[in-house]
Amino acid sequence: MSDIHHEDVHSHVKTYIKVFVALAVGTLITVLASNFHLGIVVGIIVALIIATVKGSLVAAFFMHLSAERKPIYWVLILTATFVVVMVGLIMFARQDQQGSQQGIFAVPQGHVPAHHAETPEEAHKE
Amino acid sequence: MSTAIEIPYNSTERPDTGLYNAKLGVWLFLASEVMLFGALFSTYVLLRTGADTWENGAQIGLSIPLATINTLVLIISSVTMVMSWASLKMKSLGRYKFYMGLTILCGVVFLIIKGFEYAHKFENGIWPSTSTFMAIYFTMTGLHGLHVIGGLLVNSYLWGPGSKMWQTDPERFTNRIEVAGLYWHFVDLVWIFLFPTLYLLPGK
Repeated sequence: MSDIHHEDVHSHVKTYIKVFVALAVGTLITVLASNFHLGIVVGIIVALIIATVKGSLVAAFFMHLSAERKPIYWVLILTATFVVVMVGLIMFARQDQQGSQQGIFAVPQGHVPAHHAETPEEAHKE
Repeated sequence: MSTAIEIPYNSTERPDTGLYNAKLGVWLFLASEVMLFGALFSTYVLLRTGADTWENGAQIGLSIPLATINTLVLIISSVTMVMSWASLKMKSLGRYKFYMGLTILCGVVFLIIKGFEYAHKFENGIWPSTSTFMAIYFTMTGLHGLHVIGGLLVNSYLWGPGSKMWQTDPERFTNRIEVAGLYWHFVDLVWIFLFPTLYLLPGK
């Protein structure tokens, strides 16, 4: 974007105004949609879809990601990968906490824990 | 007898990356910010899925009208920020000062409205320790507010004393505004997700 020419800036400004209108309308739609008791799952999906569209507009046009150099995209791909891994690990841990027998942290049947959970009083007696 | 060392590639692009150094540096910083806020959003999901009940923001007194106004204020500030950069591309320092001034004003308005919201909570005895929802609400909006303050400090410097660089090295100054804008747009982007997550999502 640093190599943008003077005459291109005018067309960019028009785009910025259009994106602003889209973001404002998106915000109002989000608020209106939350009033229509859509249920938990549908309500969350609708709100997050609108937020994702608005966020993409900001990233693509205001942050110039629609026409950026390759190293920036590689940085973002790497970041997205790490976010997915982080969220995935947290979700797996959550599944394990619930005692589910599914997931990579599931405890095998018949497995004897290495440590007994002791109360402070029991530990003190020993 | 001191020799000033020229920092390379702060106005011209590096041949290997095709970017000036500040832009790549800010994007790497924003990548770390994505991880920070990503961790907090994951925490929100973990707390919400692990709770038997979860409040809806409006039901416990969060003001949707004020948050909607704040969302629009931040969106306007993003437009004025990018317009300030475009003004420098069109060689107009006066228009830059006007748009950057509006950006700073929007940031201040955002913080004032947020301050009203916080004050209202505290007056009603609502603190981070009140509930899990309020704990994550204050953590996420508080951290976001700190980012707004940080952006305001940088933008104010670039509006005031920092703008002298326009006279000596206009290309480098324009690049500074672009990377400051990248940060400011990221702060706006985070709020775009915070707003529905904390204020609008249905409870359970």
